[in-house]
Amino acid sequence: MSMGNEQLEYALHLADNALILGQRLGEWCGHGPVLEQDIAMTNIALDYIGRARLLYQYAAGMCAPESTEDQLAFMRNEWEYRNVLLAEQPNGDFAQTVARQFYIEAFQIDYLKALQQSGDATFSAIAEKSIKETAYHFKWASEWVIRLGDGTDVSHRKMQDALETLWPYTGELFREAPYESWMRKNLNGPDLAALYTAWSARLQPVFTLAGLELPAGQWMQEGGKTGRHTEHMGYLLAEMQFMQRAYPGLEW
Amino acid sequence: MKDWPLYEVFIRSRSGLNHKHVGSLHAADPQMAIEHARDVYTRRMEGVSIWVVESSRLHASDPTENDAFFEPSQDKIYRHPTFYDLPDEVKHM
Repeated sequence: MSMGNEQLEYALHLADNALILGQRLGEWCGHGPVLEQDIAMTNIALDYIGRARLLYQYAAGMCAPESTEDQLAFMRNEWEYRNVLLAEQPNGDFAQTVARQFYIEAFQIDYLKALQQSGDATFSAIAEKSIKETAYHFKWASEWVIRLGDGTDVSHRKMQDALETLWPYTGELFREAPYESWMRKNLNGPDLAALYTAWSARLQPVFTLAGLELPAGQWMQEGGKTGRHTEHMGYLLAEMQFMQRAYPGLEW
Repeated sequence: MKDWPLYEVFIRSRSGLNHKHVGSLHAADPQMAIEHARDVYTRRMEGVSIWVVESSRLHASDPTENDAFFEPSQDKIYRHPTFYDLPDEVKHM
């Protein structure tokens, strides 16, 4: 693979993470448990869609004129998406959405700081912009893990179940795909394995306050980063891509 | 969530201005009310500071007393300081 392709694949990995997670959160629009949380989740969704746009624009620039931002977002096939499996997991109940967000944001904080130090000026600038958003996202998710964990018997059980259900998808966050190794070696990209300690340290105090047990499972799922997705991804794409597939080039 | 109390939300749009009432929302406690207010009422850069207060803690004037309360001030034009020339530098008057 040429140098340019790895950088492109890295950009798509980041863009796909943001888009797919944004799409998932957007599914709550009109369905939130209360109006205030409906808006909170769609606010976060819009942060992610905004981030995805910046990254797709950068990626499209690397493969112009064959591709545009919209084509990359909406016209690729499932195995061409490079997002982590955790991002595409279904919303489930509110606790499961909170758990997914909590694991991801806890990771993003230190990941974005490392990406800001990379030798790629565009990734660095996007990371810098995203850090403040992420601080709020993490606060939002942590508050809800604590409230549900430390709430009623039912909310405690649902929060613990959700954290257990998604736990096997957290390992992939720290497993380097080939384009991530390339990025680390050539452009001082984040060292994923080194971020694990910081991530655990962010989870632990929240679990303690919430009175929840840190899941202990060792076996981890992986594959999303190289295009092998879970069964949920196809349905997500079918809904997300419908308009552009049915009316190619459609604009608002 | 049905038993979450109602909170009134006040937003300061810029430093130096006063907080203004913008609406109300439901939350389990004051901390959640502030976070909800951030998400519901400041998403278009409406403010730099948020106050929330439980609606049940507000005391309001009685609408049936409006005549006695407010009408006497309607014909007291001299209470308006409209006879002064204000320098341009004085803002928010």
